[in-house]
Amino acid sequence: MTLNQLNIKEAQSGLKKKQFSSMELTEACLEQIEKDDPKINAFITLDKKAALAQAETVDAEIKQNAAVFQTKPLLGIPLGIKDLFSTRGMKTTAGSKVLTDYYPVYDATVVRKLKAAGGIILGKTNLDAWAHGSSGENSDFGPTKNPWNLDYVPGGSSSGSAAALAAEMCLASTGTDTGGSIRLPASFCGVVGLKPTYGRVSRYGIIAMASSLDSIGHFAKSVTDAALILGVTAGQDPFDATTPDIKVPDYFQDLAKGVKGIKIGLPKEYFQQGLDPEVKKVVLKAVEQFERLGAKTVSVSLPHSAYALAVYYIIQPAEVSSNLARYDGIRFGFPRDRFSEEAKRRIILGTFTLSSGYYEAYYLKAMQVRTLIQEDFVQAFKKVDVLMAPVSPTLPFKLGEKIKDPLQMYLSDIYTVTANLAGLPGLSLPAGLVKGLPVGFQLLGPQFKEDCLLRVGAAYEQAATWPRKGAKR
Amino acid sequence: MKIMVIEHLAKLANLTLIGSEKKKLGQQLTEILEYVRQLEKVETKGVAPTSQVTGLENVFRQDETQASLSQDEVLANAKSQTKGFFKVKAIFEEMI
Repeated sequence: MTLNQLNIKEAQSGLKKKQFSSMELTEACLEQIEKDDPKINAFITLDKKAALAQAETVDAEIKQNAAVFQTKPLLGIPLGIKDLFSTRGMKTTAGSKVLTDYYPVYDATVVRKLKAAGGIILGKTNLDAWAHGSSGENSDFGPTKNPWNLDYVPGGSSSGSAAALAAEMCLASTGTDTGGSIRLPASFCGVVGLKPTYGRVSRYGIIAMASSLDSIGHFAKSVTDAALILGVTAGQDPFDATTPDIKVPDYFQDLAKGVKGIKIGLPKEYFQQGLDPEVKKVVLKAVEQFERLGAKTVSVSLPHSAYALAVYYIIQPAEVSSNLARYDGIRFGFPRDRFSEEAKRRIILGTFTLSSGYYEAYYLKAMQVRTLIQEDFVQAFKKVDVLMAPVSPTLPFKLGEKIKDPLQMYLSDIYTVTANLAGLPGLSLPAGLVKGLPVGFQLLGPQFKEDCLLRVGAAYEQAATWPRKGAKR
Repeated sequence: MKIMVIEHLAKLANLTLIGSEKKKLGQQLTEILEYVRQLEKVETKGVAPTSQVTGLENVFRQDETQASLSQDEVLANAKSQTKGFFKVKAIFEEMI
């Protein structure tokens, strides 16, 4: 066992007991990156020197004051940062050739918080350019491969963050989820992925995709680790007016309480035709597991689910076309002729649906159906504590399989976009393997009920029997 | 979607498309719009639109000056600058 294989909790215990240094932990991750990243392509930018210098500082801090862990919950933990997060002085590309030479002069709020918590930033992870994609193949820096099987996609858009974690190149990584971009790659790579409530985590300094849907989250090796990171990143930010003044709870308080008495709703629309029977089997096995653990499961209906993807593919490109208008090559980056295919497609589509004469038929209509979708969830959460559903209708697919057919690719998001439209938190958990490829399920909760999702997720994880440690390579 | 429409949209969005791209985009957009057309089946009479989900309104801060980036930092990534300003191409023709 090498140090990069540890989760955060284990690594911290080792650092505290001085079984190893932050330097050794960071070096182990960098060695793993050196060994496997030429095959996987999870990182766009690596800053070894800065990471090692940071580790040295951490070791000095620990030596000086052993209690420092109390104020720095991520002290010495090597992290991968999705290359959509602004990092001061570290190249930030958004996976696009438009920004190949962009060095932000400030940190995103989340990056600032992770650094203040003692986290060590190894580098920036690959993604579908501008976070547009479900496979990672839309990156202008080459696709990321799934560490479980290099012929398969890791899921997108946070492809590099999920793959880097599954390949044990870091102990946790950050992501963004606008329509499933954390939950889908987490499911395809067999790691834990948390998409918090819209507004729970600041969007400031993160390159905007669709501003009413973007949610900032992370990948971790365990639910406990995911809870720890959320405690660091969550909270109101004066630089993001969509972060409400709602207290950040102690996510550990109820984490070990189990699921006795918890009511889990199974939305029937998520288990119907179109769902791969193998995926269904794995998810239903997890349902049984919850029942054995004492949870009550009931069937519920979210009647407008069938329309969610159509709503999403109007609202999201509309907001994309507006957000990408700022890239003009004047203040930073290169001119607009460097946009690649998917970005152009979404800009043109969004420009169309927002244009006069079409606005009412498309955009306004989509916003109205969005209300109905949100209302479905409000009704469902009157009956149950959380909802449980598959993340993806299919197993991870092969590289090249869907890239030529945008609509087929968009259908990968069919079970994930609803949470973004309604602004709900979602937790994607590994549930098993089919043909050597990971399958996950997602838990959805009412807004700001991350604590409940994490509690339910932790109970499942405790009882799960399949070996989640490490992808075979 | 007709090539003409795509060309117009590209102009509005300040994108340059080549011939084959226009044709492909036209076909793909037609397919995507065909898919989203299923929303016509949903009755939305009297349903209020949702543009955001936080419920927050009019979020203000005190009108006080705060530290911001320096001029040098703001210009650090600009390809073309002059005397502490961004330099852009002329927009207006010179009037005689």
